[in-house]
Amino acid sequence: MSFPQPKPEVPQVPQHLLRTIDCQQGAVRAVRFNADGNYLLSCGSDKSLKLWSVSRGTLLKTYSGHGYEVLDADSSYDNSQLCSCSSDKTVILWDVATGQVTRKLRGHAGKVNCVQFNEEATVILSGSIDGTVRCWDTRSRKFDPIQILDEARDGVSSLKVSEHELLTGSVDGRVRRYDLRMGQLHVDFINSPITCVCFSADAQCILTSSLDSTIRLLDKSTGEMLGEYTGHTMKGYKLDCCLSSKDTHVLSCSEDGHIYCWDLVEGSLTLKLPVGKAVVQSLSFHPSETRLLTAMEGHIQVWGAEPDEQEDIVVVKQEVK
Amino acid sequence: MASDSDSDQDFVTFGTPLEPLEEDEPLRKPVPVHEQTVKDEKGRYQRFHGAFTGGFSAGYYNTVGTKEGWTPSTFVSSRQQKAERQNARPEDFMDEEDLGEHGIAPKEITTTADFASGRKDLIRDKAKTVCALSALIPGDSVLEDLVAPARSSIGVELLRKMGWKDGQGVGPRVKRRPYKQKEDTASRAFGSVLPPNGSEESQDEEEDEFVPENVTFAPKDVTPIDFTPKVDLHGLGYQGLNPLAALRYGPGAGHINLFTMDSDRASSLCGNDKKGPKRRRGGVAGQAFGVGAMEDDDDDIYHRDTMSNYDMVLGEEEPGDGLYGWTAPEQYHRKKRDHSKDAAYLGKIIEGFTLASDKAETKMIFPPPDLPRDFRPVHYFRPVVDMSSVSPMVAKALQASRGHMVEETPSQGGRHQLDSVQRRQLLGETTLQGPSSVFDLLKAEDRERLSGLRKPPPAPSPSSEAPPRQPTLGEARAAVVAAGVAAAKASAQKALSSRFAPPAEQQQLEALSVWSGPTAQAQTGPVFKPFEKTPHKQARYDHYIEKLKQGDRDALEVSLDPSMTEWERGRERDEFVRAALLYKPSSSSLSGRFTRGKHDDCVDEDTVEVTRDLENDVDDKQAAVKMKMFGKLTRDTFEWHPDKLLCKRFNVPDPYPGSGFVGMPTVKRDKFSVFNFLTLDSSPTATASPTPQAVKAPEPGKRSRWDVSGPAREGFGEEKQVKDPLSEFLSVARSEASSSGPDPLTNNIPSSDTTAEHEEADTTKTNEDEEEESRPPMDLFKAIFASSTDESSSSEGEDEDEEEEEADQTKAEDPLLNPLNASQAVPPAAGMSPANQSAHAASSSGPPGQDILEEEEFGPRLPPPSSMLNEPCPTSVPTRKEDKRQKSKEKHKARKHGKNKKDKKDKKDKKKKKRRKHKHKGKQKKSSKEESSSGSSSEGGDGNSQEGGLVSTEELLRRLKSIHGKTLQ
Repeated sequence: MSFPQPKPEVPQVPQHLLRTIDCQQGAVRAVRFNADGNYLLSCGSDKSLKLWSVSRGTLLKTYSGHGYEVLDADSSYDNSQLCSCSSDKTVILWDVATGQVTRKLRGHAGKVNCVQFNEEATVILSGSIDGTVRCWDTRSRKFDPIQILDEARDGVSSLKVSEHELLTGSVDGRVRRYDLRMGQLHVDFINSPITCVCFSADAQCILTSSLDSTIRLLDKSTGEMLGEYTGHTMKGYKLDCCLSSKDTHVLSCSEDGHIYCWDLVEGSLTLKLPVGKAVVQSLSFHPSETRLLTAMEGHIQVWGAEPDEQEDIVVVKQEVK
Repeated sequence: MASDSDSDQDFVTFGTPLEPLEEDEPLRKPVPVHEQTVKDEKGRYQRFHGAFTGGFSAGYYNTVGTKEGWTPSTFVSSRQQKAERQNARPEDFMDEEDLGEHGIAPKEITTTADFASGRKDLIRDKAKTVCALSALIPGDSVLEDLVAPARSSIGVELLRKMGWKDGQGVGPRVKRRPYKQKEDTASRAFGSVLPPNGSEESQDEEEDEFVPENVTFAPKDVTPIDFTPKVDLHGLGYQGLNPLAALRYGPGAGHINLFTMDSDRASSLCGNDKKGPKRRRGGVAGQAFGVGAMEDDDDDIYHRDTMSNYDMVLGEEEPGDGLYGWTAPEQYHRKKRDHSKDAAYLGKIIEGFTLASDKAETKMIFPPPDLPRDFRPVHYFRPVVDMSSVSPMVAKALQASRGHMVEETPSQGGRHQLDSVQRRQLLGETTLQGPSSVFDLLKAEDRERLSGLRKPPPAPSPSSEAPPRQPTLGEARAAVVAAGVAAAKASAQKALSSRFAPPAEQQQLEALSVWSGPTAQAQTGPVFKPFEKTPHKQARYDHYIEKLKQGDRDALEVSLDPSMTEWERGRERDEFVRAALLYKPSSSSLSGRFTRGKHDDCVDEDTVEVTRDLENDVDDKQAAVKMKMFGKLTRDTFEWHPDKLLCKRFNVPDPYPGSGFVGMPTVKRDKFSVFNFLTLDSSPTATASPTPQAVKAPEPGKRSRWDVSGPAREGFGEEKQVKDPLSEFLSVARSEASSSGPDPLTNNIPSSDTTAEHEEADTTKTNEDEEEESRPPMDLFKAIFASSTDESSSSEGEDEDEEEEEADQTKAEDPLLNPLNASQAVPPAAGMSPANQSAHAASSSGPPGQDILEEEEFGPRLPPPSSMLNEPCPTSVPTRKEDKRQKSKEKHKARKHGKNKKDKKDKKDKKKKKRRKHKHKGKQKKSSKEESSSGSSSEGGDGNSQEGGLVSTEELLRRLKSIHGKTLQ
């Protein structure tokens, strides 16, 4: 007696628009899932940071305290703290529940492009246009960074943290990986200003997008290129890219108002998701499910693999050819 | 009966007695092991813990604990009352069994061996006393008790038998005053020379007269001292095998005793022992080693010690030596030889001395080195003082205070860093006499003629120390020939170099254009001296700079030392050009803004911290990237030290626990070494490194990363200011692609009124082309300068400077005005610098409305916040009213932007920025016009190039309608 083999599940792509949120906070500079994917953070150009529920699309909290547009945000693993960075050269650590500023970290000489917690939310890492990455201690009361990584020769545009590694992408066209455990710095030369860097979920690969409208998948240990994804437009703006939660697809914003989705292995374009006519600014993939956030101008779109019944999707159908 | 009781007393019982066997009893089954039990003396069962883990008496009540539980007795929990250190006695670790009668430390009073009698048998003693009581003579044993035998060793007893008495020395008897050497045996026995005992001597002298001739005395009791110094590294008393002796002469006894007296050993091992029969030819002999295969006689394999080897007789029986059985080691064979030696010695032998058997090694004493006359035996460490940085007085004083003149250390590196003059100075050679240049050999008129051939008049060679000789006729002829050859050679070389080294030429031209500018002319302050350490080189450099300022094209060739070799000259040429570019005069606006840094606190001014690990060549990497060969070629791995706290926070161990610093390891480098900056050439962020295209570009050449924050910065290709030919090529290609390629945003618009649009597109295109190929029209400049003058009120003087500079630059750009640029081969796309091109390309494709907001950005920009707000969002369906409101908002915003623009403009004081902005303004207008003419139905319309505020209301209404219609579909 034999059971039928379980059908290999076709990897799903978030192609159905579930929800659109008008954030009412100017242009949304970045949109981020929280650690478990139930909430999202939107960084507005009107100096505010907003927390939303993904499922209901309701505003939960507004965090105001920045002096200029908020450029990036991250939530801690336990959802108790948020950090955000802004053009006002500061990094702010927020208390989620009260909405109060726990700490305002000054020290960058220019606007701060990217911010990340480490795994235990003991360190905030922020990369700035002044070419430095600063490591702020959330545990101590000191306002000085623990360490300043000033190896970048130009602004740091993107930054990611894994267990013991720190990945930075810089406008000088180099991806730097700081390995704390080994005490080494690996520099990969890409030759085009880096806009976004990502670790893959297995932390073996690095995804880099650069202003030559190319996304490259590099092997982390050797720096060899595993894949190259082109077709989108990324020539002047700092746009995000990401990997799907199961590392099956590579997604990227584009300046032509689409989200491009490639198959990671084949490198073929799986989906070209029309978001709007303007530039897709930011995107974020759900940490476990097939769900995608995109940000265009003042709106956030939530995309899922299955269409949502409750939503009126007439408009969406019209867009999808 | 009594004896019975006695016998009971006699026995000590151990263990449990066997039960008496009864004959009739049937055989009992043996108790199996697991049923056998052990009880202690109180009848409690004891558990067996294993023979090696405690037996039957482990722990406290069969537990591992103690009476106090697990608390160690040394622990006191109170803070005030510290636990005292306890000296544990062995008894602390013993239990009652050990202390019992049969334990290892019985606690009963017993007689120790010191107090026991010879027999030490208590029970027998008791019996004896009992017997004595009943004996005939009572008290018999009392005597025995009184006379207890003293304990003495058998050796002492033997000595006593030989007539030795306590307090005497051992050895043959001596006369009180030994006159003859040979009778001085006591001293001879213990070494070759014994220092005379002073007290003995005096005693002897006193007693001398009363001592009869024939009376001998026992020797003094002295412990023999071995006076042979210990020179080896062996253990005390050990002497290693002398391989020579061991291999060649095995002692007759068959094995080498390593632990004999020194003298004996020496004689046997060092080959002195001629007595022993030389039976072995070689090989290590002895019991331990066996017999080698090459040895024929093997009778000694099993060394048999026969009794005949030993002296069996005690006392007087030994004939004639007077030793009485005392066998001092080397008495027998030494005596004669020593005597003969003594006799052979011609000089007088002092009493009490003999000739040494072996000569004392004479120590070689080397005379101390001859000190120089002015040597001072005191050394002190002087601070390293750079001669050039202190005043000459101080330098002189310092030089004098040194013991001798110290050569100025060559800057760094080997002899290749020195030129011939320095080498000559180092070697102390005199200056080479005779003409240093072929020109010196020429006649004056010939020189004139030659110099007339070369366009610019050559400067007199600076290194002509010797006055030119007056050449004879023949000499002159030869010299003319030589000069002709040299000139031909030089021209050929020049041609070659111009062909193969265009970058160098370019750089030279660039340096020329930089230095000949009005700013450089106006600069009066001290020029930085990069070659201060070598004065003549600096002189040549100064000369070169002077020539540059005069606009001399051949400045370099003229200023170089013709007496140097071609290689040296080539190197210096390179250095000069680089230095000239590096230390070119900063524009007055910049120099006015910055003050020179003062490094007073810095100890060593000439060094600068540079990261130790330098990146590999960027050219290679770019080539690799072009070929998509990522991996080894594009990767650099450096040592990087994370902060300790950071490691802690990340829960990783510190990879460099002992390291004191954080980040990348740095090294000190010579700050002003030109070679230090050579690597900088390829780094993309070198702030002031020369760019070949920077000079040709219409804006001033010295742009830094921070300078270029203007609209020209907009293009992404701009901020990657590429410095090397490859990347230059790349950027050119990219800009070409972006400008000439089909622009999807402008050209792919499926519009209704195509003609107008095409016209517009054409005009923009041609406009662009115009800008690329020739100078912008004059009215643009006019607009720029006119508007800037009335806008900038604060910094007029600066602006003037800027203007001057600008004019100069434009002048330089004009190929007709400046012959330099004409000489450069102009590729079709290179009419403009690639950087500028890309800037144009980017500005044409990028959103023009954005530049105001993003002016201060250096990296990739953020998308426009609301450029599309007038377009309906595809996902949300706004009603008409909403849309209208949005539009009005948009208008407001646009107006605001306009205001912003103005405000910012006012703030600006830099002319070039302004100029660029104006250019953009003009463009923006054009593009907005274009947009207004282009239909709203364009789906993939150019969102970037839209300028919201300038859209007419009719247009908006039209758009709205179309959208509405679409949604209804």
